[in-house]
Amino acid sequence: MLKIHNLHARIDEKQILKGIDLEINPGEVHAIMGPNGSGKSTLASVLAGREQFEVTEGSVEFLGKDLLEMAPEERAREGMFLAFQYPVEIPGVSTTNFIKTAVNETRKHRGQEPLDAVAFLKLMKERMKLVEIDQSLLSRSLNEGFSGGEKKRNEIFQMAMLEPRLAILDETDSGLDIDALRIVANGVNQYRGKDNAFLIVTHYQRLLDYIVPDFVHVLYNGRIVRSGTRELALELEEKGYDFIKSEARPVAQD
Amino acid sequence: MSKEAIDHFSELYAKRTPVTGLSAFNESAISDFRRLGIPAVKHEEWKYTRVSSLFRKDLVFLPEATEVSAADIDSIRMPGHEEASELVFVNGVYRPGLSIMRHQAEEIVVLPLHEAAGSTANDAVGRQGGGRFGEFVSGNLGHSGRYHPDGVHALNSAFSGDGAFIVAKKGKIIQRPVYIYHVSDSRKGFIFSQPRLLVHVEAGAHLRMVETYRTLGGGESFTNEVFEVVAESDSVVDYYKIQDEGSGANHVGTTHIRQTGKCLTNAVTVTLSGAIVRNNLNMVMEAEHGESHMYGLYLLDGKTHVDNHTIVDNVVPNCYSNELYKGIMDGESTGVFNGKIFVRKDAQKTNAYQSNKNVLIGEKAAAYTKPQLEIFADDVKCSHGCTVGRLDDEALFYLRARGLGEKSARALLLHAFAVDILDNIKLEALRTHVDSLISERLEFEL
Repeated sequence: MLKIHNLHARIDEKQILKGIDLEINPGEVHAIMGPNGSGKSTLASVLAGREQFEVTEGSVEFLGKDLLEMAPEERAREGMFLAFQYPVEIPGVSTTNFIKTAVNETRKHRGQEPLDAVAFLKLMKERMKLVEIDQSLLSRSLNEGFSGGEKKRNEIFQMAMLEPRLAILDETDSGLDIDALRIVANGVNQYRGKDNAFLIVTHYQRLLDYIVPDFVHVLYNGRIVRSGTRELALELEEKGYDFIKSEARPVAQD
Repeated sequence: MSKEAIDHFSELYAKRTPVTGLSAFNESAISDFRRLGIPAVKHEEWKYTRVSSLFRKDLVFLPEATEVSAADIDSIRMPGHEEASELVFVNGVYRPGLSIMRHQAEEIVVLPLHEAAGSTANDAVGRQGGGRFGEFVSGNLGHSGRYHPDGVHALNSAFSGDGAFIVAKKGKIIQRPVYIYHVSDSRKGFIFSQPRLLVHVEAGAHLRMVETYRTLGGGESFTNEVFEVVAESDSVVDYYKIQDEGSGANHVGTTHIRQTGKCLTNAVTVTLSGAIVRNNLNMVMEAEHGESHMYGLYLLDGKTHVDNHTIVDNVVPNCYSNELYKGIMDGESTGVFNGKIFVRKDAQKTNAYQSNKNVLIGEKAAAYTKPQLEIFADDVKCSHGCTVGRLDDEALFYLRARGLGEKSARALLLHAFAVDILDNIKLEALRTHVDSLISERLEFEL
């Protein structure tokens, strides 16, 4: 589904990704972990098409197409979804209208008829249950005045509405209390299926207690320095990132 | 140019027929005009807005009516007009014959200003107002002049007899709005119009007024308007000014709303096109516990220059005012905002809020914004803020990451920015109309 090969990216003059290789297949959940500044969020941003980052080398293939050639909206319509670490507040834009527009843009791209008001409402009601989100929240302006937890639930709700093939969760656990974390994870788990995949970017192991990954990768200094299964996350939890840093140093000097 | 303009208008003034009841007023105004002349950019209040170029030799000052048909008026009618009284001004002259009254005489009286000014207790016009029209006009006409001591304002006053006088009757809650159409017939050249209105909202009356403008023939025009409102106790006044007259239309307008009793006054000014546009809006809070709201939206492109100068004058204690102006400037357009709030020495417990937000779209677009608070009381709450910026990249990316194209994401954000001003237009047909105008301009669909 997603094939990342030797990906290098920088912002301004600062090189952040220094050769990422990663392959994600349908049905898989991958977690990317790593200390602050290792490039985790940059990877998520580059995949979603944030324009501040410049890809200097490497390639990314998504569902057989060259991802890096696509504008952010094309990536979304092709089935990529980024749950933002900091969802943006947009006063004056109703959440419901916005999601309806987004859903119908994607449907149009797939050659489907736009959903009418009744069908949209029905779908919305059904998906709202996934993340225990309230109707009153959705009639408000997009994320405006939402609490941290409400914003993250709204992200997962949008994911469920847009039905992406690949969802990238960028630090979705940050700022969440345990109840919100459980609700968000529950939403993700219900959406998990054999045709879609997840890339979960997180600093802490705790989210992975709720969303159990198939693979865990450790990103350090712009490269994946270790890959493993869920046990790797537990090991990191126990030993901290320092052991990765000491291990990674000789590699980094190559 | 100022000298030539002074001579030109002095000559026209000398030729006109003097207006009974207004002669002293007109006389003092023309001498003010001669003394003050046309403000140059070195005049602090006109720093960013050059109007001297508008007083050109080729401008046609036509207080006498040109031939304007009902079909010409149709081009200016706005949605909701079927429910409204429609007052028509042609080249600055109030034309009862082209106007349509849909109100009862016990709710609203509309008269040519010179008739009201000249009326006495003993004539037919005067009897409608219990003989007080003349007295009211002479006591209130020109009150705005003390806030605008400049030649442009004085020039309007010198020729003010052709205007209209509106009375909203005591205690009447008037549902139907009054639509006021200003037509400049530029088919005869660069037309110069000077409409004048005086509105008396009597105690307890509710009145909603909408003003809009049209230049016929698509040529150049210059409208120099003065609109004065006196709102008495327990009245509610809503005033909407919608400007979308095209790139040849110049405008200097003063809307002056004076609260003489505790009341609520709201103004919304929307400017979508024009050449040089200057809107003065004053809220004079002369009675305790008065409340006023001022909203403005300017959505500009091309070389349009729009200058909104607002004044809130707190003369007495315990008044509340709120002000929000928003601008979107594309092309080479310029938006100017100047917001003055005066809090006089006795006006303790004043609450006055002001905000101006601008988004620059065009590379060569500009915004000038200046809050000006002059506070002489010590126990007040006043705040002001202004911003000038571009569209938020992060918001744009967020929308695109959900599948919205770049163009529609921009349109969505700009529309959202603008629309909360329109929410303050309480006439639904009008609000929908203005929303569709701005949506069309922004190519916004949802």
